[in-house]
Amino acid sequence: MLTDFGRIFIFFIVGAIFTAGGLMTSWLFRPKRYYPQKLSTYECGEEPIGDSRVKINVRFYVVALIFVVFEVEVLFIFPWALIFQKVGMFAYLEMLFFLLILIVGYAYVWAKGDLDWDKPIPVIPQLSKLLNNKS
Amino acid sequence: MLNLYDYIFYFFAIVILGSSFVVVFSRNIVHSAFALLFTFFGVAGFYVLLSADFLAITQLLVYVGGILVLLLFGVMLTNNIVNVEIKSGTMQTLPASLIAALIAGLLCGIFYVSNWYLVPTTPELLNNTTAVAIGYAFITTWILPFEVASVVLLVAMIGAVIIARREKAPEVE
Amino acid sequence: MNLILEPIVKILIVLFINLTLVSYLVLIERKVSAYIQNRIGPNRVGPWGLLQSVADVVKLFFKEDIVPKDANKFIHSLAPVISVVVAFSTFAVIPFGNKITLYGNEYNLVIADVNVGVLVILALTSLGVYGITLSGWSSNNKYSLLGGLRSSAQMISYELSMGISLIGILLMTQSMRLTQIVAEQGGYIFGFIPNWNIFLQPIGFIIFLVSTFAETNRLPFDLPEAEEELVGGYHTEYSGMKFGLFFLAEYASMITASAFIVTLFLGGWQAPFIEYFNFSPFVISLLQLSAFAIKVLFVLLFFILIRWTIPRFRYDQLMNIGWKVMLPLSLLNLIVTAFLILINIL
Repeated sequence: MLTDFGRIFIFFIVGAIFTAGGLMTSWLFRPKRYYPQKLSTYECGEEPIGDSRVKINVRFYVVALIFVVFEVEVLFIFPWALIFQKVGMFAYLEMLFFLLILIVGYAYVWAKGDLDWDKPIPVIPQLSKLLNNKS
Repeated sequence: MLNLYDYIFYFFAIVILGSSFVVVFSRNIVHSAFALLFTFFGVAGFYVLLSADFLAITQLLVYVGGILVLLLFGVMLTNNIVNVEIKSGTMQTLPASLIAALIAGLLCGIFYVSNWYLVPTTPELLNNTTAVAIGYAFITTWILPFEVASVVLLVAMIGAVIIARREKAPEVE
Repeated sequence: MNLILEPIVKILIVLFINLTLVSYLVLIERKVSAYIQNRIGPNRVGPWGLLQSVADVVKLFFKEDIVPKDANKFIHSLAPVISVVVAFSTFAVIPFGNKITLYGNEYNLVIADVNVGVLVILALTSLGVYGITLSGWSSNNKYSLLGGLRSSAQMISYELSMGISLIGILLMTQSMRLTQIVAEQGGYIFGFIPNWNIFLQPIGFIIFLVSTFAETNRLPFDLPEAEEELVGGYHTEYSGMKFGLFFLAEYASMITASAFIVTLFLGGWQAPFIEYFNFSPFVISLLQLSAFAIKVLFVLLFFILIRWTIPRFRYDQLMNIGWKVMLPLSLLNLIVTAFLILINIL
């Protein structure tokens, strides 16, 4: 087991050396002619306004929270799956119970709308309204 | 005489210690979070060295794949945190160092008392994953904690979501 | 010495093949998209544009590397390296063939036959988040940040259903070792259908396939780099070789993802009906290797076809599919599979 994990580690090292080598080689060849305009932040030709590390939507955080809980749950299921065939009915009922409790939480989160993403609410222009406004 | 395992052990130890120093002393909070990635990685390496394969992967999946992403989101959620100096000042030095010393002593004691399992020798251990043993433990000895764990997870999920939930924003046209 | 040398040789071979495949995959993708859109595609460099990939790589090496002045230089350079290393190293656990005998020595055609192979796949996939998130954060660009954020939220959402859909396979094979999962897929159902997991776990297969598309940020899930909204997404501020590395990582992770799909659901290196012919063991090994390669290429072609035929999802649709369709479906798949095993049908 150790040697196998070691091989993955060797793969990491070889891969890192390879990519670093690629960057180095490119560093040797590439031109380096910089001026301020070239080094400015790209925002479609406009001057960037404000700090670019904008405040993000709290949704991302909530999703990550729910994810962590479920990830732990999934990791609980993995060892169970490996012995399931040998144990049979008892293991099945046990896992059903385990899942049931979590599904309660899942249903709660779903019902309370924490899984809903903020949707854009488009205002569809209607011809009749536009005509009414004009007149 | 140092063998290969020892070298690997010291390598991971250096990775863990070095990166945790960055975590604690870096002024940039994202650098800290990033260094934490290597700390977690090194700990996973330790688990592998102890032949706890399932734990090592769990460490990667939960901490690196979940908790650290959560931390990064948390950092990005807080506006302009990069410009504000959130360096914690040194206060309450005496109690802090006392507690730190106490915990360090406790850990050292545990290290000393523990019956360390060094290098896997039996082919059975080399070929089987510890996950099977963990699975059997889940349905025999630790069946109650296993089910309680799901309740804990439930409470954690609902509690976390309630705390993090944003107040209903006014409908925007 | 053999302990270190043998894996390194294997790793170098795998890396070389992967890199070649990546460069030609780009060409294939451009050609396929061209034919789909009734164009000809690259045809100037070499016959049928075959040297286009070489030209692309050489061009990338000579391009100037521009780092915006407010960017975090260190993380900005490290992020593409993380992406590439993670994308490639996942190949370490994939068995790309059965044993092969060369010059009297028997070699396993897998780099690391880890006993928790399935979990290693999941763990390394989850590491892929960092390359993109950190590149988005370090560039100091709003588009990049949004791209990185979207990508990480998307990847964690689909990782769950990916993990749960795999449990169905584990229930049947009772092992997390990938070589064993492939070995179990030999034989036939009813005597003529290959015993592949795709036939035993059709729902699991679909969930896994969709999740893989989301994890590799391919269309219809390419929100992190949606050109129309985010310019280039997380690699807006990247140029030269660093951009090349991101490009490489994208295609490399596509190859590894296809290899996973093949290993877990399409029988890996199993070539059906091969035992009816009288081949020598060496020829069988070669045939199995090519069976693996053909299957991977087929899945890759599927990836490309999907990209050029299906429009992109909106972000709220993407999250809805992940959390409200994929997750319940995979849980249901798990419960039903366990039940079928219990009553001895599977």
